[in-house]
Amino acid sequence: MRPRVRLGVFVAVGLGLAVALAFLVAPEASSQPDGLEKVAIDEGFIDGARDHDLAGSPTADYGVEGVDDARLSTGLAGALGIGITFAVTGGLFWLVRRTRRDQPPVPEPTA
Amino acid sequence: MHAPDGFIDGPTSLAMGVVAAGGVAVCLRRAGQELEEKQVPLAGLTAAFVFAVQMLNFPVASGTSGHLLGGVLAAVLVGPWTGALCVTVVVAVQALLFADGGLTALGFNTVNMALVTALGGYLVFVGLRRVLPRTRGGVALAAGLAAGVGVVLSSLAFSLQYAIGGTGGASAGAVTASMVGVHVLIGIGEGVITALTVSAVLASRPDLVHGARDLAVAEPPAPVAGAVS
Repeated sequence: MRPRVRLGVFVAVGLGLAVALAFLVAPEASSQPDGLEKVAIDEGFIDGARDHDLAGSPTADYGVEGVDDARLSTGLAGALGIGITFAVTGGLFWLVRRTRRDQPPVPEPTA
Repeated sequence: MHAPDGFIDGPTSLAMGVVAAGGVAVCLRRAGQELEEKQVPLAGLTAAFVFAVQMLNFPVASGTSGHLLGGVLAAVLVGPWTGALCVTVVVAVQALLFADGGLTALGFNTVNMALVTALGGYLVFVGLRRVLPRTRGGVALAAGLAAGVGVVLSSLAFSLQYAIGGTGGASAGAVTASMVGVHVLIGIGEGVITALTVSAVLASRPDLVHGARDLAVAEPPAPVAGAVS
């Protein structure tokens, strides 16, 4: 199959879409308890939850400390997370590829 | 699905940390053989995209929300071992930077959200590919269905950990039933998002989709009006 979009363009567009989601959609996301939290409430083990050790960090809970506008704060936190996740993952796999040994390819898991 | 500290006791959390570390080590070895050079930026994009979409909680029934876990999406795009590592990075960044998911819970959160979904869900995907048509639509449908199953598998994994070392004294059976019940609904959202995203990538760069490599010879690119070649 012939690529219709250059890889660099594809990655740039994908990252742009992710950042757009963080700024435009994430502030509208539901703040209801998620599935596990709801089960913990219903089944009565929610009280076991402890505060996060890093709850005081400047980007805790997907906001940026000091940014008062809630939408902007969420969007900036998202953009930061997207950038760091991209960089860490890219760096990790660059290292993985550099250090891989010349071994025969392993079969992927099959059903 | 991001468990805080305290839902699961210390010994069980520690044991799950060891399981997670072992799983990640295996993934690192296998990913080195699975990953092609051109897929490195794609793996970064996959992880970043999963991070972004995990922020988008959608409402499900009765005052509950859910969000994409993304394990099957990542596995289908970049391969199961690489995909599991992509979601592992996401879960770690969330815990360390955004205080989402407890630090002592990082082990079992990684097992549940990254390893079980990407590796277990990918097995379901491979099985479904055998019975569904060898077309792009078939790949997207298999990915969507496997993604939904992957969420339920993830909820079962947490339920098992709760049965072993849960705090608060809830009945393991009741927790399992509740977890599966709500995650079937969240799984539907996961399936739709996964199928749509895989379709979008197949439409623009089908050669980059790990789970559709066999289509390269089976299905020549459909002539698209205005496509630049």
